[in-house]
Amino acid sequence: MALSTPAKFGASSAANLTARITGGKRDVKGRVVEWILLTTLGITLLVLVALVVNLLDRAWPVLNGRFGDFLSSGLDASNADEAGVWQAIRGTLTLAIIVVVVSFPLGISCAVYLEEYASRSRLARLIRINVRNLAGVPSIVYGILGLTIFVKFAGGITGGRTVIAGGLTLSVLVLPVVVITASEALRAVPRSIREGAMGVGATQWETVRSHVLPSAAPGILTGTMLALSRAAGEAAPLLLVGGITGLLRTGNLGLWEQITEGGFTSMPVAIFSYARQTGADFQAVTAAASLILLVLVVVINGLAIWLRNRFERNW
Amino acid sequence: MNDSRNLIEQESVLEQKHEETVTGSVVSHEDVPVFRTKDLSVFYGDFRAVRDVNVYIKAREITAFIGPSGCGKSTVLRCFDRMNDLIPTARVEGTVEYHGVNLYDREVDAVEVRRRVGMVFQKPNPFPKSIYDNLAFGPRLNGIKKKADLDVIVESSLKRAALWDEVKDRLKASAMGLSGGQQQRLCIARCIAVEPDVILMDEPCSALDPIATARIEDLMQEIKRDFTIIIVTHNMQQAARVSDQTAFFTTEVNPESDRRTGVLVEFDKTQKMFSNPSDSRTEAYVTGRFG
Repeated sequence: MALSTPAKFGASSAANLTARITGGKRDVKGRVVEWILLTTLGITLLVLVALVVNLLDRAWPVLNGRFGDFLSSGLDASNADEAGVWQAIRGTLTLAIIVVVVSFPLGISCAVYLEEYASRSRLARLIRINVRNLAGVPSIVYGILGLTIFVKFAGGITGGRTVIAGGLTLSVLVLPVVVITASEALRAVPRSIREGAMGVGATQWETVRSHVLPSAAPGILTGTMLALSRAAGEAAPLLLVGGITGLLRTGNLGLWEQITEGGFTSMPVAIFSYARQTGADFQAVTAAASLILLVLVVVINGLAIWLRNRFERNW
Repeated sequence: MNDSRNLIEQESVLEQKHEETVTGSVVSHEDVPVFRTKDLSVFYGDFRAVRDVNVYIKAREITAFIGPSGCGKSTVLRCFDRMNDLIPTARVEGTVEYHGVNLYDREVDAVEVRRRVGMVFQKPNPFPKSIYDNLAFGPRLNGIKKKADLDVIVESSLKRAALWDEVKDRLKASAMGLSGGQQQRLCIARCIAVEPDVILMDEPCSALDPIATARIEDLMQEIKRDFTIIIVTHNMQQAARVSDQTAFFTTEVNPESDRRTGVLVEFDKTQKMFSNPSDSRTEAYVTGRFG
């Protein structure tokens, strides 16, 4: 029980003590690490800001000169003065709606099954690992899949190279992401909530519906909206399943016929087709279209955050 | 379908018995155990967590399970409402009879069991909803939809759980805003709201301060008139204060695997367990010389 340290601080060395605890070495290492971390953050932000500034700068002729016209014109990769994004915005929104309608219910249901019902079996674990792998499959591969299944094989139903085929392809593309994020949100719901519900005699489904899903809803929403913004930004698979790059003529098709029979394009596909053209005027068009896609994605993410906050408060 | 009907029939027989007791013949409920276990063992995978438990639980009494950590008392408790079913690897040997029905019979529906055998957990686990919705959840499961009926149940449950006066002005507020002790009483009220036969309590006071603990103990004495209560506790004084009979569990090292298996040492009236236990291990534990 020898307490050795206090002996070092005799009454005589009060000044010594003061010196020790006030004049000691600063935490130099800690400071350096802090600065390094701050610098990395700075670099990341700088890149983002530079990107946006650069886009704004290049897009200025379009934004300043014919922005309204640009928003309302269709796809035209032959004449920069006629080029616009109206069809692309409409295409992207239609694709997004199809993704929401198809992949969200499907993916969330899969996640509920995997987490709440199948968690006991080895097969379920195997499936879970493979869903993770699916999320890593390059999007172009999903494009091939979409071409084979939704355009060729099920062409009678989808109408071939239509926005429906594109939407289904994107749905399949984000499905693994939706399953994974929803699974994680479900897993984060404490077991005590499930036990509490079961403890008063709720069935598994009643427990899931009344407590687990509402508790997991904010997480599920955030994950799925992020998946949606990924879908909104994909060009490669759409090029394979018929996204139009040159000139999209809508003709006299009505809205429904446009969806079920007509060609389609989307923001990333439009950006791709404009970026392939030469000339400063097309550069401006490309930059302006990119900015609009950026805004679209930010809006989707903002919506995700807003919804999450709303749900979290809504007890 | 069939099994739940069986249980309901079983219960109606029970209710008749219950009425007999109410109308005067004190004998019957003393004699019919609510639960009786026979050579109950619980396994998690290959590991036997607790073995050869034989207890009988009498109606409208408080039974306490005491013993050191890891002795399997919570595990045994969770057999009484088949909560162990939620643990994928858990397996039960022997029988747990609930009013004569083996709970682990293939025909028995665990959900129907849990509607009759409620549970209060160690950590208060109110649903992240309003106080009202916490209480109304169980009755709604049982098909009570009318708001007026639910209002009555909510109020009476909260009153019986001695929480009404504290929350009556904020029934629509989130239950997560209550203090720990209030949350635990809310969980007890939630349990009471479905009018169970038995209430299982798994260390209900271990996360609470002494004042909140005392309130819960008073509450237990109050509701014991209507419910059979089984409580797992680390606190020997608590067992001595509240319970009518006590089961003492301990652990013994398994010579083959070096893992500890819980075992029931002694089961008797609480007064005897704490004043004149038959087993020396019980005596050592209750006098604080071990554990």
